[in-house]
Amino acid sequence: MPQIAVENLVKTFRVSERVPGTWGAVRGLVARKYREAHALEDISFSIEPGELVGYVGPNGAGKSTTIKVLSGILVPDSGRCEILDRVPWKDRVAHVRDIGVVFGQRTQLWWDLPVIESFDLLKDIYRIPDKAYYQTREELIYLLDLKPLFDTPVRQLSLGQRMRCDLAASLLHSPPILFLDEPTIGLDAISKLSVRAFIRRLNRERGVTVILTTHDMDDIEALCTRVILIGQGRILSDGTLDDLRASVTTERRLIVDLMEEDGDVTDPDAEVINREGTRIHLRFYPDRISPANLIGRIASKHAVRDLFVENPPIEEIIASLYKKVGR
Amino acid sequence: MRAYWAIISARFRMLLQYRAAAMAGLTTQIFWGIIRVMIFSAFYASSSTRQPMSHSEVITYIWLGQAFFAMLPWSLDSDIREMIRSGTVVYELLRPLDLYTTWFCRAIAMRGASTALRAVPIFVVAGIFFGLRPPPAIGAGIGWAFAMLGALMLGAAITNLITISLLWTISGQGMARLMPACVWVLSGSIIPLPLFPDWAQATLNFLPFRDLVDTPYRLYMGHIPPQYAIYVLAHQAVWTAALVLLGRWLLARGTRRLVVHGG
Repeated sequence: MPQIAVENLVKTFRVSERVPGTWGAVRGLVARKYREAHALEDISFSIEPGELVGYVGPNGAGKSTTIKVLSGILVPDSGRCEILDRVPWKDRVAHVRDIGVVFGQRTQLWWDLPVIESFDLLKDIYRIPDKAYYQTREELIYLLDLKPLFDTPVRQLSLGQRMRCDLAASLLHSPPILFLDEPTIGLDAISKLSVRAFIRRLNRERGVTVILTTHDMDDIEALCTRVILIGQGRILSDGTLDDLRASVTTERRLIVDLMEEDGDVTDPDAEVINREGTRIHLRFYPDRISPANLIGRIASKHAVRDLFVENPPIEEIIASLYKKVGR
Repeated sequence: MRAYWAIISARFRMLLQYRAAAMAGLTTQIFWGIIRVMIFSAFYASSSTRQPMSHSEVITYIWLGQAFFAMLPWSLDSDIREMIRSGTVVYELLRPLDLYTTWFCRAIAMRGASTALRAVPIFVVAGIFFGLRPPPAIGAGIGWAFAMLGALMLGAAITNLITISLLWTISGQGMARLMPACVWVLSGSIIPLPLFPDWAQATLNFLPFRDLVDTPYRLYMGHIPPQYAIYVLAHQAVWTAALVLLGRWLLARGTRRLVVHGG
């Protein structure tokens, strides 16, 4: 029995449209035109306890809408959704006790209150028993290094600090399921690393099921055992990250920093796709040439300062997947 | 219950911080009180017919109105408007709480906190200098106290209706302009309701607004005898219940069609 079961979920928004200009504004008063925006078209997946799933796709693909349906905030037009044997929007109050949700672009903390008072208020709202509350809070303080932030009003926190506090706030009631909507958006490198380390730990040590949406490939790479890719309200692929990549392309990138600009870098098994001064981006396929061989050949011909191998960025993978499905 | 109580007390503590606003409100209320007293004094001085309220009763009525002005449901909760505008309202739906009750509690805290800061000083100032009289009997005082509690609940129910209308209008400008006109005139906070013409009395009696101002204040003055307090409280309770049911129904519809933009 999966923990989260979603079948044929459909959600359409009605968006009012206005003809541009003054005349359009006047007409809008009398007869308004509506456009149907299909946020979700037939979404199905199921998730077992303890999975860490990346839910990715471009802007407007339906990621946040899915999270909001799973959280019981939005009611879908049709389709089935059961989480821990409950229908989120029908049994909202019971459902939200068992989930934690963080929307990266919004805070759930009370803007004017010190962090600790927000936590205490959540304790009362979720009716967390004293003992469980203090124990969980201490753990979260330790894991997320929140001690120095306690007495600061939320409005004075930096984005990275706020995100750590928001993560803690969503977990005070020890939910078995956590939804994270772009938890690393706008964070600096160090904050991203600490947020990722925390999520990984939570999943491995506590067995919390995590669904996270992101645009950051590194989040996916660092965290997710499974990736669901969604575009225009439909699921495009569902599997491991390597499956996803392989289904599109096996391509790798080699980025070479030369000591000086010493002519063209050429190799029969690699193709130059970009060059900025002494930095050269090459495309190659590991099934035709191993990275070690390619690096050896280039290093023997040129004075190389630095080089590294990369996967193509997620945007490109998604873009090529779109082409593949003919959109 | 504890959860809702925590929300009320947190909001209350937060709102008590706005001391500058309270000071400004206090000064304005006293200033307007003096002007209104002068206007009514002029009317009473120039009229020879017998009025349904005595001059001193009108003065007490006016000062009570000034003291409890902040309790009237003529504005909406700007924090909730911000939440709906920015989409942060999703977090309200993520709490294991009934949304209507949560917002009702916020409305009570909002009305209660701003009244608490203003009422006592105005009572003192108007009692010493401007002719606000104490209730004539203990029974009148008790009846008034209960009616004020009822007025707070009724006010919170009306505030909630205004707030819920935001789910359709987002900006709330329309309601924010319409409600003061309704509430101020129909509750008696501009002209005491007994001074309205006879043909208006039946309508005014039927509507809920008089229970915010008129009937509690007249209980205070003994203009409505204490033994009739029960009818006042019943009228309040029936309207409060009806408006709560209407609010719940609208909120259920509103959240079903909720579109959370962005993010």
